[in-house]
Amino acid sequence: MSDAESPTEFDPTAPNTGEDFEPVDVFPDSDDFDLRPGADSCYKCSTCDTNCPVAEVDDEFPGPKFQGPEQWRLKQNEDDYTIDDSITDCSNCMRCDNACPSGVPLSQMHNTARGEYVSEQMDKLSVEYVRNRILANYRTSATIASKVPRLANFAMNFGPARWVMEKTLGVTSEREFPAFAKQTFREWWSSRGGAAASKENAQQARERRGQDRDADKKVAYFHGCYSNYNTPEVGKAMVRVFEEYGYEVVVPEQRCSGTPMFANGMLDDARRGAEVNVSSMADLIEQGYDAIASCTSCSMALRQEYPELFDIDGIDEVAANTFESVEYLRIHEDLKGDLRAADVEGDLAREFAYHAPCHARNQGLERQSVELFRDLEGVGIEDVGESCSGISGTYGWKAEKYEKSMKIGDEMFDHMDDASGDTGMTECPTCAMQMEHGTGYDIRHPLELLEAALVE
Amino acid sequence: MAIESEVLVIGGGLAGLSSALAAAREGADVRLLSYKQSTLRNASGLVDILGYTHDGDGPLTDPYEAIPELPSSHPYRTVGVDGVREAMAMFDDVTDYRGDHTDTNALLPTHGGTVKPTARYPRGAAAGLASDDRDVLLVGLGSMVDFDAPHVAAHLEAAGVPFEARGVSIEFPGDLRADAKVTRYAKLLDTNGEVAVGGRMVGARDALADAIEPHLDGEARVGLPAILGDDHPDAVRAALGDALSVDVFEVPMGPPSLPGLRLEDALFEAVDEAGGNFETGNPVVDYAAEDGHIEEVYIEKNGARIPVSGDQYVLATGGLVGKGVESDREGVYEPIFDCHVPHAEDRYDWFDLDVFGDHPFARFGLPTDEQLRPLTATDSVEFDNLRAAGGILGGYDFAAEKSGSGVSIATGHAAGTNAAQEAR
Ligand SMILES: Cc1cc2nc3c(=O)[nH]c(=O)nc-3n(C[C@H](O)[C@H](O)[C@H](O)COP(=O)(O)OP(=O)(O)OC[C@H]3O[C@@H](n4cnc5c(N)ncnc54)[C@H](O)[C@@H]3O)c2cc1C
Ligand code: SF4
Ligand code: SF4
Repeated sequence: MSDAESPTEFDPTAPNTGEDFEPVDVFPDSDDFDLRPGADSCYKCSTCDTNCPVAEVDDEFPGPKFQGPEQWRLKQNEDDYTIDDSITDCSNCMRCDNACPSGVPLSQMHNTARGEYVSEQMDKLSVEYVRNRILANYRTSATIASKVPRLANFAMNFGPARWVMEKTLGVTSEREFPAFAKQTFREWWSSRGGAAASKENAQQARERRGQDRDADKKVAYFHGCYSNYNTPEVGKAMVRVFEEYGYEVVVPEQRCSGTPMFANGMLDDARRGAEVNVSSMADLIEQGYDAIASCTSCSMALRQEYPELFDIDGIDEVAANTFESVEYLRIHEDLKGDLRAADVEGDLAREFAYHAPCHARNQGLERQSVELFRDLEGVGIEDVGESCSGISGTYGWKAEKYEKSMKIGDEMFDHMDDASGDTGMTECPTCAMQMEHGTGYDIRHPLELLEAALVE
Repeated sequence: MAIESEVLVIGGGLAGLSSALAAAREGADVRLLSYKQSTLRNASGLVDILGYTHDGDGPLTDPYEAIPELPSSHPYRTVGVDGVREAMAMFDDVTDYRGDHTDTNALLPTHGGTVKPTARYPRGAAAGLASDDRDVLLVGLGSMVDFDAPHVAAHLEAAGVPFEARGVSIEFPGDLRADAKVTRYAKLLDTNGEVAVGGRMVGARDALADAIEPHLDGEARVGLPAILGDDHPDAVRAALGDALSVDVFEVPMGPPSLPGLRLEDALFEAVDEAGGNFETGNPVVDYAAEDGHIEEVYIEKNGARIPVSGDQYVLATGGLVGKGVESDREGVYEPIFDCHVPHAEDRYDWFDLDVFGDHPFARFGLPTDEQLRPLTATDSVEFDNLRAAGGILGGYDFAAEKSGSGVSIATGHAAGTNAAQEAR
């Protein structure tokens, strides 16, 4: 269009967004999702569509504008309207949500529509449902597997077993299941002395730094499933780095953040976990703790998806006091200055190809690793661009989505190839799987590099 | 503690990006904060400096010549002709836009069939210039109703272009869904992804060329809607051009605009290369100041307030469309710092009774001093370390003058440069 045409139906008396925009009540008291006010503020600019990684590679996928506002309008106007099954093709990357200039709560709409589709339209005996439920409840399988990690590591990737899983459950056999750690993060944490040991370490660090030994610096760690069962080294790095800055860490009772459940429309499962998480975090927050996550999808869930989808006591306080680990240190400490003065030797003195997870992008964190580490001596870091990794949690594990997932990931693989380093870096465990799967690179978490640079 | 920088830019549109780039090039430690993606996605991707005078005379041949004649409150008068030239030099340096060889406006066909004066255009639009006398075949795609090629061709001829224009409509090969996204077409062409044609799988570039070929009747150039690739547009055009032995060009389209997207990407990359930092996705909502000096601003993230500070600040949050200026029944206001926005008390005075008339609201925005620092109602500076740039400024009507991008680049460059010099 030429700029003489008006881009919006401009009406200065009725701004369709802005600070006053209230992201609607989702579940007033009934199960009736009313997202119409959100749908009404859509002015059809299609910005959301241009941000959707699935619509870019999939001819069948109608895109976020349809999934969100258009579908809600249809639902409003036709009594017997049923949710379009393309909703299960949305990977819940939440890129559209971030893009809408008019504040339409797209991911909230997708999540509720998907929940409704799964609870009302999906056959509970179907293989797809069972498979999705198993994938979404990763923590349940992981708990069992971590009791016998060696056996689980073998069994999960055992050829014939994988063939059966693909044939009967539709779990792609192209991917390797992540290995289970021999000792979970929580096991390590208690064998190390738990909160009492952490307090002691933090106090010593404060003294070393010339701070008040009894300063009120304390955080509650939301480790999530993955760093507990699969990559405890990330959780350990979190603890050591925070203690080094004089923070006492506690590790409260917790369930899965719900990310894989939202993406699979299993809102009841997600709510059960959310209730536990919110209640244990809310208590601690009242005592002056902040909640810290090392996985960007976990922090996203606590910050945005919980308050958008559930009405649980204390949920807003938890959202407002949850931070991603590195973000938190950037706000409260001179992380940049400290890294400028530090250097890295040994194993992590490498060149990293960094990928920002979609959910980090939504929290405005997509550049923090590059910004911090580009001044760090002994390492190099290169941003591999803004494309989506394509795995989106459980999405890329489904046999029917595998190819799509790899097609979306292609751009990232190419950019990783072009980057000078051959070690990957990202905050998200499933992006890490995809990066490793597509390139064969070893993938590390920014906290590990912080530990190498800042902790003795 | 707050996250610190020397120059903090608020807003990630053309103005914010130009500020951040200029400040980073001056050697300052820069951070750009932006809430949503910029209006570039809605814009044509053409960069206008000035197409018409303040009184609507034009199209203008030489925008630079007309600048000194603008009212003294116009942002171009604040930065001056030299300021505009320096800013455009920076823009030319980091983009592959054309038009920098002359001061004169180029004339480009639009998807509505009009001819538009503009100062810079993407390389992909270059073969479409209306001053070129080679005949043109315009190819519309059935599903893209915004570009009715036969109609556009007829309009162009009626406008008196010095060539013959013909328009045909074809289907994009591969039977895509009727409302396929522009990014879907672009991705297919970028990767030469396979599409089904008559039961065979063919690369999308080849299939598109095959579909156009029978319609060619000796024309030397072929114009398509701007969907020809996102990451590799040059390669896509070259492939089509080679297959058809013609020059291929893109006609800028309405939102969502790929040329706008590509420009946004190029500018973010330039800021990155110059060492600037940025973060997007959350709004700045408040500030703390002492004695007319801003100490820090606050980003809102789901109820958390994240403090961010700079020595100098640039406010580039856009106009009424970008949400830099908002209005309600009470009046018109600037939502972050509550800078003064002059407007009539009576809302009925915001409009001209003639729908196409000269609406005062189109010029709503901040008045500034010669350093682009916003002024209060009594003409003193609001804050000694705040400058404003782009659509948020008052005193011009970008849609009527066709000066949107030019004003953003010029004032962004000036504000960023001044801020960096003061911070150092
Ligand atoms: C439909 C349309 C068509 C156009 N066509 C043309 C054309 O053909 N030629 C031409 O030259 N120009 C055109 N323009 C104008 C031009 O593209 C730019 O829109 C103009 O230069 C304004 O740029 P800006 O950077 O000032 O503001 P914007 O592009 O509006 O950017 C403002 C930025 O600030 C961010 N922001 C807002 N509030 C906050 C906050 N509280 N915290 C953090 N960030 C915030 C926004 O998210 C956005 O990223 C067009 C504009 C529109 C809307
Ligand atoms: S970006 Fe927002 S306003 Fe634009 S089409 Fe999508 S939902 Fe509607
Ligand atoms: S959440 Fe991601 S995949 Fe789903 S519609 Fe939005 S952009 Fe597309």
